[in-house]
Formats: sequence, C-alpha cells, structure tokens
Amino acid sequence: MSNTKNGKVKVTIDGNEAAAYVGHKLNEVIAIYPITPSSNMGEWADEWSAQGRKNIWGTVPQVVEMQSEGGASGAVHGALQAGALSCTFTASQGLLLMIPNMFKIAGELTPTVFHIAARTVATHALSIFGDHSDVMATRSTGWAMLAANSVQETMDLALIAYASTFESRVPFIHFFDGFRTSHEIMKIEQISDAEMKAMIDDELVLRIRERALTPEKPVLRGTAQNPDVFFQAREAANKYYDAVPGIVQKVMDKFKQVVGREYRLFDYVGPKDAERVIVIMGSGAETAHETVEYLNEKGEKVGLLKVRLYRPFSVEHFIKALPASVKSIAVLDRTKESGAIGEPMYLDIVTALNETAAAGKSPFKSMPAIIGGRYGLSSKEFTPAMVKSVFDEMKKSQPKNHFTVGINDDVSGTSLEYDPNFSVERDDVVRAVFFGLGADGTVGANKNSIKIIGEDTDNYAQGYFVYDSKKSGSTTISHLRFGPRPIRSIYLIDHASFIACHQWFFLEKLDVLQSAVPGSTFLLNSIYGKDEVWDRLPRQIQKQLIEKKMKFYVIDAYEVAKKTGMGSRVNTIMQTCFFAISGVLPKDEAIKAIKKSIQKTYGRKGEAVVQKNFEAVDQTLANLHEVKVPSSVTSKVEMPPAVSDKAPDFVKKVTGMIIAGKGEQLPVSAMPIDGTFPTGTAQWEKRNIALEIPVWETDICIQCNKCAMVCPHAAIRTKVYDPAKLASAPASFKSTDYKGPEYKGMKYTIQVAPEDCTGCTLCVEVCPAKSKNDPNVKAINMKPQPPIREQEKANFEFFLSLPEVDRKNVKVDSVKGSQFLLPLFEFSGACSGCGETPYIKLASQLFGDRMLVANATGCTSIFGGNLPTTPWTKNSDERGPAWSNSLFEDNAEFGLGMRLTVDKLNEMAKEYLTQLSADIGSDLANAIIQAVQKDEAGIYEQRERVKALKQKLAGINKPEAKRLLSIADNLVKRSVWIMGGDGWAYDIGYGGLDHVLASGKNVNVLVLDTEVYSNTGGQMSKSTNRAAVAKFAAAGKPTAKKDLSLLAMTYNNVYVARVAMGANDAQTVRAFIEAEAYDGPSIIIAYSHCIAHGIDMARGMMNQKMAVETGYFPLFRYNPELIKEGKNPFKLDSKPPKGALSDFTSMETRFNSLNKTNPERAKELLKLAEEDVRVRWALYSQFAQEGSDAQKAVSN
Amino acid sequence: MDLSTTYLGLKLRNPIVVSASPLSRSMDSMHQLEDKGASAIVMHSLFEEQITHEIESMDHYKSYGTESFAEALSYFPNINDYYYAPEEYLELVAKAANELEIPVITSMNGVTPGGWISYAKKMEEAGASALELNIYYVPTDVRTTGTEVENRYLEVLKEVRSAVKIPISVKLNTFFSSIPNVAQRLVNEGADGLVLFNRFYQPDIDLDELDVKPGIELSNSYENRLIIRWIGILFGKIKASLAATTGIHTVEDILKLTMSGADIVMMCSALLMHGPGHIEKVLQGLELWMQEHEYESIEQMKGSLSHKSITDPSAYERANYMKALNRYKLLV
Repeated sequence: MSNTKNGKVKVTIDGNEAAAYVGHKLNEVIAIYPITPSSNMGEWADEWSAQGRKNIWGTVPQVVEMQSEGGASGAVHGALQAGALSCTFTASQGLLLMIPNMFKIAGELTPTVFHIAARTVATHALSIFGDHSDVMATRSTGWAMLAANSVQETMDLALIAYASTFESRVPFIHFFDGFRTSHEIMKIEQISDAEMKAMIDDELVLRIRERALTPEKPVLRGTAQNPDVFFQAREAANKYYDAVPGIVQKVMDKFKQVVGREYRLFDYVGPKDAERVIVIMGSGAETAHETVEYLNEKGEKVGLLKVRLYRPFSVEHFIKALPASVKSIAVLDRTKESGAIGEPMYLDIVTALNETAAAGKSPFKSMPAIIGGRYGLSSKEFTPAMVKSVFDEMKKSQPKNHFTVGINDDVSGTSLEYDPNFSVERDDVVRAVFFGLGADGTVGANKNSIKIIGEDTDNYAQGYFVYDSKKSGSTTISHLRFGPRPIRSIYLIDHASFIACHQWFFLEKLDVLQSAVPGSTFLLNSIYGKDEVWDRLPRQIQKQLIEKKMKFYVIDAYEVAKKTGMGSRVNTIMQTCFFAISGVLPKDEAIKAIKKSIQKTYGRKGEAVVQKNFEAVDQTLANLHEVKVPSSVTSKVEMPPAVSDKAPDFVKKVTGMIIAGKGEQLPVSAMPIDGTFPTGTAQWEKRNIALEIPVWETDICIQCNKCAMVCPHAAIRTKVYDPAKLASAPASFKSTDYKGPEYKGMKYTIQVAPEDCTGCTLCVEVCPAKSKNDPNVKAINMKPQPPIREQEKANFEFFLSLPEVDRKNVKVDSVKGSQFLLPLFEFSGACSGCGETPYIKLASQLFGDRMLVANATGCTSIFGGNLPTTPWTKNSDERGPAWSNSLFEDNAEFGLGMRLTVDKLNEMAKEYLTQLSADIGSDLANAIIQAVQKDEAGIYEQRERVKALKQKLAGINKPEAKRLLSIADNLVKRSVWIMGGDGWAYDIGYGGLDHVLASGKNVNVLVLDTEVYSNTGGQMSKSTNRAAVAKFAAAGKPTAKKDLSLLAMTYNNVYVARVAMGANDAQTVRAFIEAEAYDGPSIIIAYSHCIAHGIDMARGMMNQKMAVETGYFPLFRYNPELIKEGKNPFKLDSKPPKGALSDFTSMETRFNSLNKTNPERAKELLKLAEEDVRVRWALYSQFAQEGSDAQKAVSN
Repeated sequence: MDLSTTYLGLKLRNPIVVSASPLSRSMDSMHQLEDKGASAIVMHSLFEEQITHEIESMDHYKSYGTESFAEALSYFPNINDYYYAPEEYLELVAKAANELEIPVITSMNGVTPGGWISYAKKMEEAGASALELNIYYVPTDVRTTGTEVENRYLEVLKEVRSAVKIPISVKLNTFFSSIPNVAQRLVNEGADGLVLFNRFYQPDIDLDELDVKPGIELSNSYENRLIIRWIGILFGKIKASLAATTGIHTVEDILKLTMSGADIVMMCSALLMHGPGHIEKVLQGLELWMQEHEYESIEQMKGSLSHKSITDPSAYERANYMKALNRYKLLV
C-alpha cells in the first residue's frame, strides 16, 4: 500500500481482492461457498470479518459459509428480504446453482450485487478457467450485468454496481474474467471509504429497510399466481428496467466527480472516423484497446467499443457510442452457444442495429456489416495478433462470420489466421518471464517483487501466473510487466526482455527461451559455475542465446540457500538476482526494498529469520556471475521427446504435445468430439520429480507389503513369481525367496518406478523392519534418484514384464495379499504423500477390472481426470475402471444412475438369455443366470462363460442375439463406486448422497475425508473438526464435525465403515472387501491426511495413527449382514482413546495456528473437542456393547 | 530469624528460589509459589529453537504446497498476526513482573550467538529482574576442543551482556575440564552469578522401537552432593552469586548447600512431586533447625563449610574420593 501524489492509496492486488474489498465495505450479510476462481473473494470477506474490519457504516459484516452456491443464494435472498444489504461471490456451476434464486430476487426487485469471476461452464470437460459461458447463462434471470475489464475496473464497477442497484432496485451481476482478471495482480488506485460514502445514497439504503419483511408491517411476498394475472404482474416492473441504463450512466458520471475515473455504458476507443470497430467485453477489451491504439498510430482507422452494461442492453446508448463512420463491426463473444444463430452479444448487436435502422434512426451512412466470432474460451490466449487478424478480416469483401480466433479449426474452417510474431509491446516495459517449481517459492517471490515495484516506485506493475495441473512437482510460469503507463497487455508475455529459469531440469523439458527477444537477458539457477555451465546447456538453449545475442547470468542459488540456512527455497535469492540485473530499480534501492519487504513479512516476530533472509540477499550478489556467451553452439545435449516412442499413437500425437507445453498448437481435429479420452496415460508422463527414491534391502525386508499399500502413486510394487523368470532379469534386479507358505518356492520382489515416484517417503515411514546392526537402516531407505534412475528404469520395466499374480488364488482380504494385485490407478499428479490416493488405489486393485467410477468434482477428479494424463489404467486384458465426473453436487445420483443401468442391463441380458436358451444351450444359459460371483474365482468363471456366450451369439442370426451381445458383459458382476471428498459428501452433495443410501441399491460410496475442501484450498466443510482453523473458519471452527457414519447407520441397511489406513491397514482392507460384497448401499469414510492440514506429509500415516489412538477418529464397521445372523452389526475397531487429544492436534498446523492467533479461544475449543471425543467414544462403545436397535429387534 | 539472602544483587526474603520449570507457565501457579514462600521465580526457559524455529516452522507448514496449483494457491486463512512462543513468553514475563512481589528471573536456553539473543533485551523491557542463561551444549564432534566449547559459552554471554543491564547468571553443566577456570572467565565476561548445575535429560533406549528417546527423571537429594562439592570449591574464590540447583528437596539439603556457599537454592523436582506447599513446609523446617541450632541468619551460615573455610579442604578434593572409597570397602 502506498500513497500517491493525489493522496490516493495505491495497492497492488488481484481482481478478486478488488471485488471483495468493495463487497465487504457495502454489505452486512455475506453468504459464501468456495468455487474456483472466485473462492478468494469469500476468503477475503471471511478473513476481514474475522479481523473485525468494518463496512462503511461501521459494522463488521456477518459472513456465513453455506453448503452450496444454491444455499448461498438462498441465504442472500432471505437476508435481502429481511432487509439486510447482502451479497455473494461465485463462478461457473456455482452461478448456475444460483439461477433459481436469481429469478426470484430480480422478480422481487431486490437490490443486491453478485460478484462473478466468470468461468467456463463444464460441457465436454470441466475447466476452471475463464470465459463468459456462466454469466451468459443467466441472461434471462432479469439481472443487470456489468462487465469489468481489468483489476481497477473490477473495483470501480463494483462500487458503481452497488450505487446503481440501490437506486434502480434491479439486482446486478458484476463480473470480470476468471483468472485473467480475478488472479492478475495489478497496481491500482484504491477507493476510499469517503469516496464510497459519497457514492452511496443513504436514503436509498433506508428505502431498502422500508421494504424489508417485518411483523410490524406484515406483507406477503412470493405468492403463487394464476394465468389470470401472472403475465400482467411480470410486465409491471418494466419501467424499472427501462430506467437502469440512465441510472448507471448517472452513477458513472458521479463516480467521475467523486473518484476521478470515467466510464460509460459503452466506451468507445479510436478515431471519430473509424470504419472498422470491434465490440467486446471483459479483459479482452484491454488487449483490443492496446492494439487499436497501436494500429491507429500506424495509420489505420479502427475502433473499439467496450461493452460495460450488457443487461439491460441500451440500444440508444450503444448506437450513440459508435462513430457514424463505421462500416464494419465485429462482435467478439467469449462464449459458445452450440446451435444458435450466433453467440449472444453478436445477436444483440445485430438486433440493435436492425431495430435502429427499421425505426429510421440509424446515424450510419449505410448499414454496417456485422460479423461475430468466438475467442478466449477457457482462458485461451487473446493477443494483439488475434485482434489484428479480426480487423484484417473485416477488410475483406466477404469476411468470415461466426469465426473463431486463437485456435486452428481444421474441421469446420471457422478460425482466422494470425501472425504469432505480431507484437505491440513497447520497449520501455520490462517483460519478465520466470520458470519455477511450485515448491521453490518463485511465485511468492514474484508477487513480492510486484508489490515492491508497484508500491515503492511510480511504475505500473502487472503479474500473472500460470500453473500446471499437478499437485506435486508442479511447474509455475510467472509473467511480470513493469512500465511507466497503465498496463493493458492482458495476455501472457510472448516477447520477453528477461527470462529466469529457477530449476535446471526445465531446460530439458521446456523451450524456456522461446519468447526471448533479441538482446534480452537470461538468468539461470545452475549448479555449474560460469566457466562450466555453457557446455552443460542443451543445444537449443545455446543456439538461442547466440542467435538472440542474449546476456546470460548464472547463480548457484541452491548453494547460497544452503549456506544461508534457506533450505530449498531459492525465492529470495533469485528475486535479488532479478533486481540486480533487470534494471527495474537501481541496484541499491532494490536491495533496500527487498530487505524492507523481508522485514515487513517476518520483522516483528522473527529477527533471526529476517537476518537469515538478509544474509541470503547479501550473499546473492557475490555469487551472481555473467557468462560470456561463446559464438558457436557446442552442446550435444538434445531435448528428449515428451513421451516414449513406445507410447500409443494418440498419446504421442496429442497427450505428448500437451505434456510438452505445446497443447496450444493442437488443431480442432486432434480433439475427441465428446470429451472421451483413453485411460492408462499417466505411465507415459515420466516426471522424474523425486530427488530421492526408496531402495529395497532384501535381507531386512519382512515382506509385509505395507510400503506398497501406502504408496500414493503406485510407484512401489510387489510381486511373487516363478524363479525361472529371473533368467532374463537385469543384473541389478533384486529378488529374494518368498517367506510365506502360500507361495512356497516362489521369488519375491519390491520394485520402485523411479521416474514416477514423487519421493514422499511414506513407504519408508511405515516400513516396520529395521536392521539389527543399524536400526537407522530399514528394509527400504531413501537414496538419491539420479545415479540409479537408469538402472531402476530397466528393473521396473522387467518387473512389469513379470506375470501378474493369479487373482483367483490371492488372499485379497489381507494387506499383503491385496498388494500383489495390479494397481489400476497409478502415477497420479496428486500431492506428494497424498492421503486420499492410497484408498483409491486399493479399490482399483481389489475391484478395478470390473469397476465403474462416479467421481465428484474435487481433488480426486483433478488428479484423476485433468489433462494431459489420467492415472486410471487397464490390465493386460484391457480391463480397468471406467471413470466419469458429472458435477460436484450430484455425484451420488450420478453413480446411482450407473448402478440402475448395470442392474437393468443385467436383468435384460438374463431375459434374453432365457429367450435364447435353446440357441445358446440351456446349460450355459442357466450357468450364467445362476452364477454366484462371490469371489475372484467366481467372477473368473462367469467371465469365461460370458466369453463362450459371446462366441455363440455371434453365430445366431436373431435380433435378440445381437441385443444380448451388446449387453452381455453386464452379466459379469460390476462394482459401482461413488467417490468424492467431504465437501461433496457432507455438504453440497449430502442431500443426494442421503437419497442414494436410502435407495437400497448396491453402490459403494468412498468418502475421502480430509475434513476440508482440499481442492479449492482448504475451506471449512461440515466435516471440519471443532477447533481446526480453515479458510472460512479463520477463528477456528466452533462446532463439532458432523458424524456422517452415524447418519448413514440410521438406515440400518447401509454398510458403514470408518477407516484410517495409517492406523489400521488390515481393517481398511477388510472394510473395502465387506463394503463391496454387501448387496446394498455401502459407505466408507476414509480419513485422509492432507496438505491442507499443515503437516509433515512424509509422516501423514503417523498422523492418522495418532488421530485414531487419541479418539479423534475412531474406527468401526457396521455390517447389516450380521443383523440377519442375530449378531451385533457394529464392530468397534479402535481401542479406547489413549493420551490427550492435544497429542494429535499439536502435530497439525490447522490446530496449532489457532494457538498462535487466539490462545484463549484455542484452549476453549480444544476443551470442547475433547468432550466431543469423549461423547463419541461413549456412544460407539455403547453400540459395540449393546448393538443397534435393529439387531436387538432381530435378536428378540 | 533472618532467612534473607542476596542473589545477583537482588535482596530475597529467603534462599528458596523456584528453578526454571513448567511451574512458571501460568500466573496461577506463579501466584501460588509466591504465596507459599518462594523468594524468586526463574521462569521456564525460552529456547533458542523456539525463537528461531517456531516462526520458520509455522511459515513452512503454512506455505508448504502453496502457489503450486491454480485452484489452491494457499491452504490457510491469510492471517499473519501470529502470536509466537517468544511473544507469549514476554507477555507472561510482563504480567509476572507486574503482579508478583518477588523478583522474576527469565531464562534463555541456547547454544549459539545470533538473532535470538535480541530477546534478552525484550525480557529486560518486559520487567525481568535478572536473566539466567542456560547454555546447553553437547559437543558430538571429535574435532571440537574443550576451549572451543568454553569459548562458545563466553561468546553467548558476551552478546547477552552487551544487550542488557540487568544481572545475568549462567547455568553451567559439569562437563568442563576446569570448572573454576570456566567460572572465573564467565565472571570476567560479565556474569553476575553462576547456577550449578544444569541437569541434562539423558537419553534412553526404546527396545521395542529400536530407537533412542529422551528420558525424564526427577532428581533426588543424593544428586546434590556434586553441587556441594563445586559450590564449596568456588565459594569465596569468584566474585559472583552462587545458586545451587539439582537435588534440593529437604531442609537438610538447603542447609548443606548454604553452608557450602550457595546464596540461594533452587527447587524444581521437589515442587513437581509435592506441589508449591512444599516450600512453606521446608521454610518452617529451616527456621526450626536454625532455632534449634542457634543460627540467626542465612548469611551467618553461608559458606561456613566451604572449601575455603573448612580446616580440611581435602574433603572437597581428590583425597576425599580415596576416603570415601575406603569407607565403602569397610562397609561391605
């Protein structure tokens, strides 16, 4: 934060913070629910209220998290009706869930503003990125729609929206582009409380109170109406809509007086005599603005019309805003409406111009030609080159209509060509690109640099950050611009003046210098010094350094970090290098500013940490060296292909391109038409992110298979096999005699997938076998990966070639036996040490070859189904889990639909079998119909019978035979799994889950319970425990965790289990087997440690153990099958709580941090949480001793 | 009967001081100790690791995995106003200094000179009457010499001395080749008192887990023999207060240590075992013994049986070992 010459406060913030800032200042009740990319707005509001920040009327807004966006909009609706100023924040599917309430709120002429970080609505795929498909889906709700194009506008138009809604009574959607604006950091001018007070008319607020529902002046609102009057009533509010444009413009004019910045409903940019005009709204308008200015400087006559108030659409204002000279208009929509004549804004403009012409009011010499096109879906880049291509297209006598720009549509031919080298970037703008790892702090340091430059200098600053979709070892690319003018370049830097590569291995994976312009600077973090580094660089890098005449600097940041006690975080060091050589600030000033910022971050409480960082800064300059770039390319190091040559064709042509960061180049024809992708692709994405991998000691190992059980990435595996198979084994392949009686005479191996392991060390932590000579040595130990990578690659390949164990003979209901089964979920991009994936992997081992998976949106759907690859895979018979994700809220219902279909098709197949019995042979038909498929052997036999059936059916020329052939596979037992996190099961999907559990159908529900919304960044759910700090519970959750297991048990016919693999792995396996075997609904609530707990992930299983031992998460199984036998269905699998609850909670930052912010409250909540443990244990013990009522009823 | 004594220049009502222990973690407990007769309280130690590592650990866990994945750029609320252990400690010091009549001595436990030492100043500002420096260093490197270890003590003391004006005592351990020499050098470097001795928590071996774990055992009276020896040797030779700690449980223990030369005795295990009321009981016993033996004041007996004062100083020296051994042989 800094003050400018005009006394205004400048802040460097993102769009979400800008919107939330105004929302929090102008409301009293705020209902929130997390959804990317809008979650941060709710988080800000919650945190500010927790800190006691007041709105402009001096009260702290009440912020409440709801169970879904539908719930949030309902709560806002109620709050508004009761007379509060109320708002919410959302995006995408969240906004869609609000639509029913939005119709009501508008129909009741209730002032409010919903702040929307506009995001793609899921169609063939989910996408978290930005376009207007969500806000466009609300056009018919009757809400005004105000589009902000930049971070500054997001703040400004938020205030304008409130002032306008209060006066007009029409509710407003205030939207801005998801990620591109919501997450872009910009230096902007902050609106003061005084300015807000000046803009908001308190009289209008009083009128809102007057309209509130109150028993003192009771009214009825929300009636049911009949055909006689509904229509008339619907038309009664028209004049309010007619007044909106005038009111908004009036407010904008007042805003200019009060704040100083000027807006119009439609803002025109360009000369008065422009002939070609682009109409656009959202962040793309900024890029178009920059391009229009550039093209006009070059002598073109082009214009731009920015649409701000999209609804109600004022034809009058629109026509007035256009220059009379216009001959051609291109309307750019950031959405797609399949089957429509054109996209929505295009149709609006066509109608506006035609109606104007029809009324004889057209100011234009002749009717302008209008074309429409799509751009930027799902945050697809929209660059000046694309803007120029649209203007170029408009010059043509027959321009393409309904075009696309930014992609290569080689199927329908809609796309416009553009010159990727076209740039409007100016030389006085520093354009810096940084390649970093999520874990090395690059993004954090860059955000800090932006703040330093934005707040300590007169420069304008912009930062945008690109992340890959992995939760472990993820690559980050930071795009930073600094310059003397406000920055309108709302696109990634493709003409960089400075490039920094913070990790060496990127040089072999990504073309990091691709965007470097001639004369630019390259900074490399390198373990090789200035004299040695050149020969180590890949050819492509050397070539570009020479050809582009680049300056080249190196620093061994790891060494500096090590020496100064900074560990692996090279952020401060690389940041210092950037300032030292980029010239954004004089060196001394920059160092001073960095130190000031360090002092600000750690100062008051961490003098030692401050000193450590200071030392890192000081050491940096002494270790930063310029490298003299030789004149010729000498390297023999080439960038390896993204995927192996052995990969399937699709993986090489499509997946491989995406892995290599070249997905942008894929044409439309490369894409599946319906979002269907092959499984088994993660195995081709060799990420090599582990610095160390486990190495097996054959003589210490007790062959318990626990290491394989807990591995989150299926990167450590076990096999038993015939000794004869070792004949062709690589020399370094390890093997030992199998120790148990069941595979006597066989060999046993534990093998690591060296390139897929993430180095989490969970396997080493759970390994119970220690060397007698040196207890520090276990049966598996972490060793550096690079020296053994090639050797272990060959070993893993050989290991895979060994035959899989015969499933018919495996003791699957044991930890050891289950881990001989092939995982059909492998190498996911989940967090290193993830607590969820071991459960999913276990399910895939036990049931994967006959499994259908309905996956709720969340972590599991992202690491399970986010391109480029999927961990879901197939066995050698090509069988494996079939997976799909519907939505967040409907997953239980989605899975039930699968079950109903499986049952129906099974039933139909049996009907056909009966009909065709004579043709097939009654023995086979009866055997299939009566097959008992209770175990692997039974399932194998049924598969064999179905195989025989299919052969016979192929020779029977009857329609029934063909029909049976198409569904015959359903005669083999299917296992339907409904998976998701606690956000889904406890909150948004609970209603559906409850219904599905009540259905009695044979579905298996797996709740990966992390006790927060992990995927969106750790927001509180109803599973969050009392006393835990989470987002939306910054002051610690005051209420107890919902006991979903008890709720499910009340049905009596639902199999229920609570498991925690780290505490009792054998119980976990048994629960999975029993749940699947139970012919009815089952639910497993699996305690999953999580990065959002703020724990040492390497010891996640130990945390699970403590959670169970202290009674925090007791384990049990409730099996209704036992009721029939007169037994107690409730089996308590935990021992009585041992030690204090704090023995567990003190291990986790989610609990510890409350101690650090509010020790008194922490103490109080922990006491209540201890009571929760006591009460829960007493209840469970009672069940264990006495049984449930149902059991008693049967027994009696 | 005058039980008063002077320690680190502080006038104390009696020689029983509560040593650094969990008993000083709450105001309730400190009030009880004062009510039961404690003449001063040494607060529990603020560890170097707490100061340097706590903020780092919170920073680590709060930032771990952040800025890596677009949907979850962080995992915790954006609150930076954390209340770290040093702050809590300082608040407690301020409260104790304000509410208690008796002096409050703060304790710092660390082994390296560096940023953490700035907390000494903060303790002084919070109202500490004196500061006890517990330099708990266990050399494990075969190349580390005794002189290097001693210098480390001196360096830490030097930094703290330059940071504060209040009296400083240094809590020593027994692992020095020449304790009197170390004691003298510490005094030369500005130590106002010495506390003899720190009781290392000795490691134990867990046979089930095949792991080494820290073991904690409370002291017993027998352990104060070592203290008697060294206080007795140092008394009168160095110009600094002497505090006896470890194994002070009974009236007899207090008398013996005082006679060997201790200005005060520190209690911990006895209070953990018997509660704060034990001080009252022991003080009554002390007065009774002094009455019975016609002592008028603590000062009167202080050092009366020290190395310097007794007619046969060999009792404190090697010859005593021989005598003791011989006696042992006779007994068996």
